[in-house]
Amino acid sequence: MRMLPNRLPSIRNRLCNASGSRNRFLRNAAATVSMGDLVRGTSLGGRLPELSGRSVLLTTRDQLAAALALIELDGVASRLIICPPDLPLEHLPSLMARGAVDAIVSDQGPGGPLQVICNLDILPAREEPAEFHLTEWVLLTSGTTGAPKMLIHDVRTLTAAIDSSQNQETDVVWGTFYDIRRFGGLQILLRAALGRGSLVLSSPGESVGDYLLRLGALGVTHISGTPSHWRRALMSPQAHAIAPRCIRLSGEIADQAILNSLRSFYPQAAIAHAFASTEAGVAFEVNDGLEGFPASVVGTPGEVAIKIKDDSLRIRSARTALRYVDGGDEALADKEGFIDTGDIVELRGDRYYFLGRRNGVINVGGLKVYPEEVEAVINRHPAVQIAVVRSRRNSITGSLVSADVVLKGGSDTSSANTQIADFKREILQICQASLAAHKVPATIRCVPMLELAAAGKLARHRA
Amino acid sequence: MSVKAVVISQIQQIRENTKRDFPPLTDDLVLLNSGLDSLAIAILVTRLEDALGLDPFTEFDEASPPVTLGEFIRFYENAAKSSTVDSQPAV
Repeated sequence: MRMLPNRLPSIRNRLCNASGSRNRFLRNAAATVSMGDLVRGTSLGGRLPELSGRSVLLTTRDQLAAALALIELDGVASRLIICPPDLPLEHLPSLMARGAVDAIVSDQGPGGPLQVICNLDILPAREEPAEFHLTEWVLLTSGTTGAPKMLIHDVRTLTAAIDSSQNQETDVVWGTFYDIRRFGGLQILLRAALGRGSLVLSSPGESVGDYLLRLGALGVTHISGTPSHWRRALMSPQAHAIAPRCIRLSGEIADQAILNSLRSFYPQAAIAHAFASTEAGVAFEVNDGLEGFPASVVGTPGEVAIKIKDDSLRIRSARTALRYVDGGDEALADKEGFIDTGDIVELRGDRYYFLGRRNGVINVGGLKVYPEEVEAVINRHPAVQIAVVRSRRNSITGSLVSADVVLKGGSDTSSANTQIADFKREILQICQASLAAHKVPATIRCVPMLELAAAGKLARHRA
Repeated sequence: MSVKAVVISQIQQIRENTKRDFPPLTDDLVLLNSGLDSLAIAILVTRLEDALGLDPFTEFDEASPPVTLGEFIRFYENAAKSSTVDSQPAV
């Protein structure tokens, strides 16, 4: 087996050495790809050698095409920049410049520097690249300005949690409500590829109900998603189609209500909620069916060091992101190597509970929203004096975006109600035109003045 | 306005913002097929909380969640009834 320079096998090498890969598969609504074909074949039309050592932008419509290309390119490309499905096109040029992209892999038409088409047809690979690289996997997350942050992982950080939790079950079929181009979904792709399982992915435009029916028909055993994904699944008539052995929640606060609902809906399933993020990697898993996490997790020596400082959860492990692509103006970790997750926790008895985010970041169904980005868009309306965007608790998506707006001339009481209603509608239209749907305020209130915190900053936390 | 009328009017307001054809709002319509995705349902729950002063999903724990529009409306009607009972003085 050829090795990476640091003697680590690539994802594909490990797949190659795993037993039973012929019977394992990756599939979506339209196609099934055998993992056995994948280790000997190419989804890139045999053009893998051309991508050796390159910084590759991976942008696909179909997540299965992305999954196949990722497995093939690890250890070959010097860098893989993974575009999530809803990435606004306007960000592409700057991502390519920041990531020094010199090749594009896509399942769509031509364009860009070196363009290689990836698809679901696996051809025999005649030629394999001679050189091996420790590929940088670049994952994108939201940033304050609207431009995505580019976080670097590698095969070690991405698979450390999998290696230490690997079990020997052979009949595992994974499903995930995440997209595999985001951290939560990528973990499931790697678990399926490096464990002994298969993976069933959703196709573009497939409804939750249709995906659940397919998962049921294929006998899915393990399913992951955010608490919001699960609340949505339980509201689907097809929720009865599946009978998983293991249910996994991550990406958002799992409250007691969703844990109880899942337990009564799927009594046969083991239910775990995990703390994981693109920055901090997979930190820990809670299996006792209760919200929050045991205080004993903090300060215990092990692979993952956890501490609470200034009320927020900090994590140091070999699973965290390595750095930002372009350095950025913020350090990822403190001097001791701890990453501040920004999640505020409170100790009650012998358990910690999540209270929310420090810097006002709003988590809408597992997707981050920075209030500053939304405020900047609202402030474009000529009648707006100032706006503050806050998180509002929601029993479906955990949180929603809500905006308080002060109109110019202190006109909240003097303006006619109809005029205020017009302004609100116009503000919504501006937001809908320039923000992803989960960032558009669900409610807008016009208020006479905004509360300022001691330092003169807008008070984002509502008492 | 009745609970049912408030729910229907809020759904119509949310659907107005998206330019698509929607199925008629009948009792047996599956909520997730009503033209509302999970984000839109989340927004609906927030607006109903403002309009009706209650969010039965926060109380929701053991039973199956509402799947059809009719079940969704009854879910809110029952919550409205029990909140009225709760706020009545003890006899």
